[in-house]
Amino acid sequence: MAERSLRGKVAVAGIGETPYYKHGQAPDPEIVLALKAILAACDDAGIDPAEVDGFASYSDDRNNPTRLAAALGTKELRFSNMQWGGGGGGGSGAIANASAAINAGIADTVVVYRSLAQGQFARFGQGPKIPAIAGDPAFNIPYGIMSPAQQYSLKAMRFMHEHGIHQTALRGIAMASYYHAQNNPRAIMRGRPLTEEKYDNSRWISEPFHLYDCCMENDGAAAVILVSAERAKDMKHKPAYVLGAALGSDGGTGRGAYNGAHFASSHFTSVSRNLYDMAKVGPKDVDVLQSYENFTGGVLMSLVEHGFVEAEEADEFLVLDNLKADGGKLPLNTSGGNLAECYMHGLELITEAVHQIRGDSPNQVKDVNVSMVISGPMVSPVSNSIYGSEASL
Amino acid sequence: MTAFYLPEGLPVPTWEGDELQRPYWEGVKQEQLNIQRCGDCNAWQWGPEWMCHECRSFNMNWAPIEGKGIIYSWTRAWHPVHPALADRGPYLAVLVELPDYGNVRMLGNLLGDEHQEVVIGTPVHAVFEHHPDNAIPHTLVQWERGS
Ligand SMILES: [Zn+2]
Repeated sequence: MAERSLRGKVAVAGIGETPYYKHGQAPDPEIVLALKAILAACDDAGIDPAEVDGFASYSDDRNNPTRLAAALGTKELRFSNMQWGGGGGGGSGAIANASAAINAGIADTVVVYRSLAQGQFARFGQGPKIPAIAGDPAFNIPYGIMSPAQQYSLKAMRFMHEHGIHQTALRGIAMASYYHAQNNPRAIMRGRPLTEEKYDNSRWISEPFHLYDCCMENDGAAAVILVSAERAKDMKHKPAYVLGAALGSDGGTGRGAYNGAHFASSHFTSVSRNLYDMAKVGPKDVDVLQSYENFTGGVLMSLVEHGFVEAEEADEFLVLDNLKADGGKLPLNTSGGNLAECYMHGLELITEAVHQIRGDSPNQVKDVNVSMVISGPMVSPVSNSIYGSEASL
Repeated sequence: MTAFYLPEGLPVPTWEGDELQRPYWEGVKQEQLNIQRCGDCNAWQWGPEWMCHECRSFNMNWAPIEGKGIIYSWTRAWHPVHPALADRGPYLAVLVELPDYGNVRMLGNLLGDEHQEVVIGTPVHAVFEHHPDNAIPHTLVQWERGS
């Protein structure tokens, strides 16, 4: 039986973004941002927007593919897909779904997109202003555990306790994002470098998270055009081949009221194995990594669960020098990521992974052949993806 | 000093529209903690679900338990994300593990000084915080050090 795998079958042919704004400050409605990002990705790929015949998104994106297709003059809509789950957990999952559709012949040109205008719609990091709450959230919201930072702090706190990890490990992760943002013209936090002292003196949000452990909330949109590998070879840019993509979580993750199996986890234990199996690479082969920072504690657990560092060595390893694009052992979040470039639910991490394969990142790592993305940790389902150069195939 | 750990004004728990949770929230009003126990395999289960996650039985019962556990994780929340908390200052939340009941976990506030040092593994017991005069009368389950 032929091996069932996405490895090398599909490639990223185009990427596009709107400018990134502070939350609530986008001049355009959310669907306009989505359309502008998709048009930019089509232009980057050198294709007519009418050729886009598939749409894949995640995190309950509000911009319906039918409406987008009508606006873009799509000739035939052949694939419309939404990855379950909130936050950035589905970013790579949408890539997996889109790639699977292309590989199966369901559609030929699929765009993965995400658009956010929090001025037009509600913000994420706030509690609900309603009199009563039913269902699972009734077990946390009345106790003041409402925002993602508060909820995920409990996971990070337990993980750090189990493995004797200190605050400095979280600081190292935050420092890497801010360091790389200083070279990135698109980064919201460019011109606002972070020092260890500034981190240590910053206010607590929810222990163990300081202000600088928490992502921004932004407005903007990003889009990624996927086509078959054969087609990508003749297009404008060097293709970034999808070596693998995986999504899901361990079976017991979804138990309610903070009783999920493997509580102190980014939820990648099985998903990381599935990704590496498909991509036929391991953590040592990865040249550059984008690891979604909703909170630095999620990055810490993601790095451990993907085999980049042993939990017991996290304190020692997670220092800025090891995480820099220029000469670090594990170049991490080379655009500035969710902390310091933009919070586009992690689709901006996928565009950065593609830039690293193309060789045109503002923080370009030398000779990148394997470029990896870990999408939003600690939710369920989570997802991840690996992109490769021609040489990696 | 108010009788409530957090000021009123946060969303309050209700089982309306979610009958599954009713035995818990009704029980705590009577100072009785109830959690689920499978009628077929006897496994403890929390949070409430329609099916036993151990044996796939739909025969889920409710059983009274004693509110005794140990701190499994915690956070001190400093940044208010709801208007009712704007003037509260930092507050503590603990995730409590109940070793006598299949290591199920429950989330609540840790009573006492909000600046106290919190140590994972510390024994705690449940304290019922009644809100009888609320538009939706309800009881929250808080935790206090000591077994
Ligand atoms: Zn059972």
